[in-house]
Amino acid sequence: MPDTDTRDRQVQGLDALELQPERGRRGAGEVARRVWSASWPKLAAVAVVLLAWQAVVWSGWRSEWVFPGPDRVLPVLFREVSTAEFWEAVGVTMRRALSGFALALVVGVLVGLAVAQVRPLRVAIGSLITGLQTMPSIVWFPFAMLLYGISESAIMFVIILGAAPSIAGGLVSGIDYVAPSLLRAGQVMGLRGVQRYRLLIVPAALPMFVGGLKQGWAFAWRSLMAGELLVIINQQNSIGWALSQARQLNDAERLLSYVIIVLIVGILIDVFFTWADRSLRRRWGLAAA
Amino acid sequence: MRPMTTITDTPTRVSAVEVDAISKVFGEGAGTVTAIDGMSVSVGEHEFLSIVGASGCGKSTLLSLVAGLDRPTTGSVDTAGHKVAMMFQEAALFPWLTVGANIEVPMKVNGVPRARRRERVAELLELVRLTGFARKRPHELSGGMRQRVAMARALAQDADVLLMDEPFGALDAMTRDILHDELERIWQERRLTVLFVTHNVREAVRLGDRVVLLSSRPGRVIDEFPVEGERPRRIDSALIAGQAAVITDRLRQEVSRHA
Repeated sequence: MPDTDTRDRQVQGLDALELQPERGRRGAGEVARRVWSASWPKLAAVAVVLLAWQAVVWSGWRSEWVFPGPDRVLPVLFREVSTAEFWEAVGVTMRRALSGFALALVVGVLVGLAVAQVRPLRVAIGSLITGLQTMPSIVWFPFAMLLYGISESAIMFVIILGAAPSIAGGLVSGIDYVAPSLLRAGQVMGLRGVQRYRLLIVPAALPMFVGGLKQGWAFAWRSLMAGELLVIINQQNSIGWALSQARQLNDAERLLSYVIIVLIVGILIDVFFTWADRSLRRRWGLAAA
Repeated sequence: MRPMTTITDTPTRVSAVEVDAISKVFGEGAGTVTAIDGMSVSVGEHEFLSIVGASGCGKSTLLSLVAGLDRPTTGSVDTAGHKVAMMFQEAALFPWLTVGANIEVPMKVNGVPRARRRERVAELLELVRLTGFARKRPHELSGGMRQRVAMARALAQDADVLLMDEPFGALDAMTRDILHDELERIWQERRLTVLFVTHNVREAVRLGDRVVLLSSRPGRVIDEFPVEGERPRRIDSALIAGQAAVITDRLRQEVSRHA
């Protein structure tokens, strides 16, 4: 056998050849170019939508007080954004969204863990979870109002029913699809009980769980908007309240500006989940960097 | 080389692993499959035992019985108080952890304090010649490097019996040759006992003190060959090739029995 030093060089040479050559750091110029190439199609799309909207208004399809163009809605939107009332409305709605989602998270995780672990439970309610996922959560509102009256609890109830099944489903499939080779490695290393969950099952299930969270958020947000329009809690400012007020006052500009706000919030949260998902995958080597 | 037809313990050697007349039956009723039927293997302290067989010889079943992951239907496995670690064809590193954190996992299971874990990681990475790679992630490494991390992780269990289930089966020939040298070195340095399962007869002869040949369906020990040749050996030497040819012939004879 060659001496240690020669062997060391052989091993190191082989490793060096196998590894990807380091890529150079991106300069400021390249960062700017990447930002530009990622953002101009989006900006162009916004411009096209605004143009199409304006064109429909110009065509005179509906009178302008029912269907105002962006030239009238956008100034109202900017004026709204600078009022304290607006931020209060958004604040109330976001607080409801986040606390509802947090409750759904707790319920979803508990149910998901139970279903993943207890076989009879899975047989009993596994398909029920899938069924609930496909159910439009708005059908729960009459029942929720019967149970809780016109109150925030009614809205929370529906958010949980809307979001928890997706969160539970994501967790169950995450746990189900942990690679058998990793499970075997964990077994060989003596991972058991809580430690097995903490060091192996939970991190391994994370990417699918994040997928479930993303879907759960979408359902929670929809349920909340439906709830705020149906369960009008008097004098409690919120996005839903503002929308129905604007309709009653025939204030189309204000109505459309809140629709745009709902769209923007949805996009921002989606961007967050997409970022979380992608950075997770990158760390794990599941996606190209 | 004289193939021995009866399997007897070498009396001078203390055995680290004693597999005594085990059988393993899977399933119940009409659908039962006998994976292993009356297999006895004795592995000496610090011995490198290669186990060769065609498909369906119960090699992997044998290793999981020795690892204590499963119980034999009849017979007994005695590892004489040794700690047993196991490696597979896939490195099965946790992709969410760095190389260093992967090696720490078995130490966390054993309750080793943090400072001591760090020291051990550094020492084990040096052993497998991966110093400086502690902060890399598994997907940044080549297949051969991942197997060396898996070896460091197995040794982090403080095991002195290492079970290897075709660990180099997915590697290219050049990497495999170098890893043979590395495994041989680590086996000697750490005075390990190794049970090495493979399809590759040359690999078995290159590495083993002894080669045990298994029959298929069900698995039994049908032959045993002590390997001649001073270490370190070369897989491309005439001595290895000659011994491998004898074993290959015997293996083919066994395979054709199933035609």
